[in-house]
Amino acid sequence: MLTIGLTHYLIVAAVLFCTGLFTMITKRNAIGILIGVELVLNSANVNLVAFDRYLGSERMDGQIVALFAIVLAAAEAALAVGICINVYKNLATIDVDSASQLQG
Amino acid sequence: MLMRFSRKQIVLLIGVMLVGVSLASPVALADAGDALAMDQTGVTSAEQLGGLIEAFVFYFVAGATVVCALGVCFTKNIVRMAVWLFGALASVAVLYFLLAANFLGAIQLIVYAGGTLVLLIFGVMLTSKSPWARFEPSKWETVLAIFVCGALLAGLCMVLCSATWPGVEGTVPGVSVEAIGRKLLSVYVVPFEIAGVLLMIVLVGAAHMARQEQD
Repeated sequence: MLTIGLTHYLIVAAVLFCTGLFTMITKRNAIGILIGVELVLNSANVNLVAFDRYLGSERMDGQIVALFAIVLAAAEAALAVGICINVYKNLATIDVDSASQLQG
Repeated sequence: MLMRFSRKQIVLLIGVMLVGVSLASPVALADAGDALAMDQTGVTSAEQLGGLIEAFVFYFVAGATVVCALGVCFTKNIVRMAVWLFGALASVAVLYFLLAANFLGAIQLIVYAGGTLVLLIFGVMLTSKSPWARFEPSKWETVLAIFVCGALLAGLCMVLCSATWPGVEGTVPGVSVEAIGRKLLSVYVVPFEIAGVLLMIVLVGAAHMARQEQD
């Protein structure tokens, strides 16, 4: 409790993960779901960097994997916003429950 | 309306700071007492002061992260969600600085808080008739989601607090940007190039999908 250790960071990451999951479950706006995904990705990155700091032996693998995760998150956000704009053009809303043409 | 909005934001900001300070101050006081008690054990006072400051900053930033993440959860308004997300991303960047990952903290601020968030806000502005549009989930869905996420969080915290990690004695020293660059272009050169090609494909694809088609 007095000295900051690995567990402290992991608990912060767990809170970020659960809030991101809650956001993904409860939001009906496609951009809101995207924001939840960003929170979850951030919690994974915090985990990677914390493990790299406390368990890695000067190998910095965790930081580099977190770097790739940030790059992929940026790519994912760009693509998802493109999809949202396309859905909005076709359906005039981005309520995810209304985009159900592909349902059998 | 504008006046009320800004005052509310100021109140929220003060609330975040108060939560951070209230989380941090008892621990800092306990740490100070502990530091005085540990004077005989050979730990230098500079190290103690450094640990004290680190603990204080960590609890402040962690409190801010949690409050911002909860703000993202429980805000109905999509624009305010984006603002809370900015707070959470900036706090996570400070956590990276605390973890001695300076390069990653800077990248987090530049790419996430600078790029991705602006992209999200553009998406919000382009896809709603009014920025205050809201879609509500049903009440039982919210209750169920709170139950599921709360149970998951409780389980995770229980596991994390009881877990023992192999080889946790101290911390490894922070790595320089030069070392990261060398590693990125030697060991990780294939993922690096793949990420570059992927970014190009994604940007071309996103531009194509979001294009105004005139047919």
